[in-house]
Amino acid sequence: MKIAVLSGKGGTGKTLVSVNLATVAKSSTYIDCDVEEPNGHLFFKPTILAEKDVSVKIPKLNPKLCTGCRRCVDFCKFNALAIINNKPIIFDEVCHSCGGCVLVCPEKAFSEIDKSIGKVQMGKSGNVDIYTGILNIGEATGIPIISNLLSNKQDTLDKPVIIDCPPGSSCIVMESIKDADYCVLVAEPTLFGVHNLNMVYELVTLFKKPFGVVLNKCLDGDNPAELFCIEKNIKILAHIPFDPELGKLNSEANIVVKHSDKYHNLFSSLLEKIITEVANEATTNS
Amino acid sequence: MKQLLILSGKGGTGKTTIASAFIKLGSIKTYADCDVDAPNLHLITKWETEPQKADYYGLQKAYIDKEVCIKCDQCVLNCRFGAIEAGDFYKVNTYSCEGCSVCEYVCPTGAITMRPSVDGEMMLYSEKDEVFSTAQLKMGSGTSGLLVTEVKKRMKSASTNTNLAIIDGSPGIGCPVIASLNGADMVLIVAEPSISGINDMERIILTAKHFDMKIAVCINKYDINLENSQKIEDFCKAENLPFVGKIPYDSNAVKAVNNGQTIVDVDCISGTAVKSVYEKTINLLLN
Repeated sequence: MKIAVLSGKGGTGKTLVSVNLATVAKSSTYIDCDVEEPNGHLFFKPTILAEKDVSVKIPKLNPKLCTGCRRCVDFCKFNALAIINNKPIIFDEVCHSCGGCVLVCPEKAFSEIDKSIGKVQMGKSGNVDIYTGILNIGEATGIPIISNLLSNKQDTLDKPVIIDCPPGSSCIVMESIKDADYCVLVAEPTLFGVHNLNMVYELVTLFKKPFGVVLNKCLDGDNPAELFCIEKNIKILAHIPFDPELGKLNSEANIVVKHSDKYHNLFSSLLEKIITEVANEATTNS
Repeated sequence: MKQLLILSGKGGTGKTTIASAFIKLGSIKTYADCDVDAPNLHLITKWETEPQKADYYGLQKAYIDKEVCIKCDQCVLNCRFGAIEAGDFYKVNTYSCEGCSVCEYVCPTGAITMRPSVDGEMMLYSEKDEVFSTAQLKMGSGTSGLLVTEVKKRMKSASTNTNLAIIDGSPGIGCPVIASLNGADMVLIVAEPSISGINDMERIILTAKHFDMKIAVCINKYDINLENSQKIEDFCKAENLPFVGKIPYDSNAVKAVNNGQTIVDVDCISGTAVKSVYEKTINLLLN
């Protein structure tokens, strides 16, 4: 079972929910797909067992073969090549690794070399296997790292995989939820929170993912995010209160369920609810 | 025109809250929301006029004419993005297609054409000498960096004001952030005093430095963890980065934002604190 945790807006509590869900499970896998700003490892402080580089292919020119015909420059849709002094130069950061220039060059002047864009760390902390993707500073896209993180992860009903997604609703989020069996949307009770909840709601609906909402930082009184869920008939999985004690523990990168019975119960019942939802979904679709 | 860009690395630290307060405090006439993935500034900078809307075309997407396709697999073999789905009929998954047109090039029968694709919507609000440029990327789309560049271009070309522009950025350190850095004169980083916030702040500072940006740092919700706030101040001192102040956690700020107001529209402690952050930031930017 793969559970993706997402939110649209940043800072609503994706990592809080993901880390604590992974911890209350008997055994679990936690994958941090927020490769631009990964934070889960700060909570788990895992023992790193392995680390591997993630690289993409970029073109390399053999200037001796190049005649300066410009076909590569004209073909490249990403403006990653420009002619300077009659020879193309390559802008690595904007290259999408499509291989087009290599194909169109009539002189076969291009070869491809690996360029590292970041890394994947594998570690362990108690009952949780932890996978963290880290994008190098200055790199534009972490998609290859996310696909690497999500490839071949074993999941069973007893060992859920929790996917901590990046904020937003663009290609990187889509890549992160692609194989998820269930999506947990974390929302905060603000005008901004509701606006961005609506976006991820549309995203999971578009991709026909079963989902439910966790309302975080709940205060007394009206909760615009809750009203939105009621209006759209969206399942509310849990309410997490606005609690300075919780905020403090979380700001110090503590795993809250290890320090508080109350939150251990809250997250355990949240996990159970999600498992039931996934099981129901499986029966309805079988 | 000087451009102040507001970034944070981590999401939800208060970029938009601070941007909207700055716009109000300085009666800023030119501003943009470059968080095209999850824009929120329009919710708080109340415009009564309708924006001028325009479709945003990202890169073209491949389209396969099944009548002409001979299922030779060349497109599948050469596509680096796994965007072509083979089957009874070959078709392109438009979410995976990055628009490189390699498939069009390798197709022996000319069955593949590149077609324009709407990847978002741009909104330009203007009235008298005030201009606000924003956009919403279509769900699941790439090319957010290109859209950020478009949003700023529209802001600049509509602006009659030559003094100061404020740009609300997006979280993270990837393509939309890198695109927003281009042309900015200074970056204000809104840090949050949590271990995650500090870690993310360090990564966005490295990114801004990588592109040779002038940087200033402020802390939002500093009193949720005083020790961590001190760490941020110490970090700035050690790195020789100007520290322009701190804003307390304020439940009135949440209320103000939920009423569509900025924190300087109501009498509250965060509103008072943001004034001095604004003054220090503008001083640094203009001097």
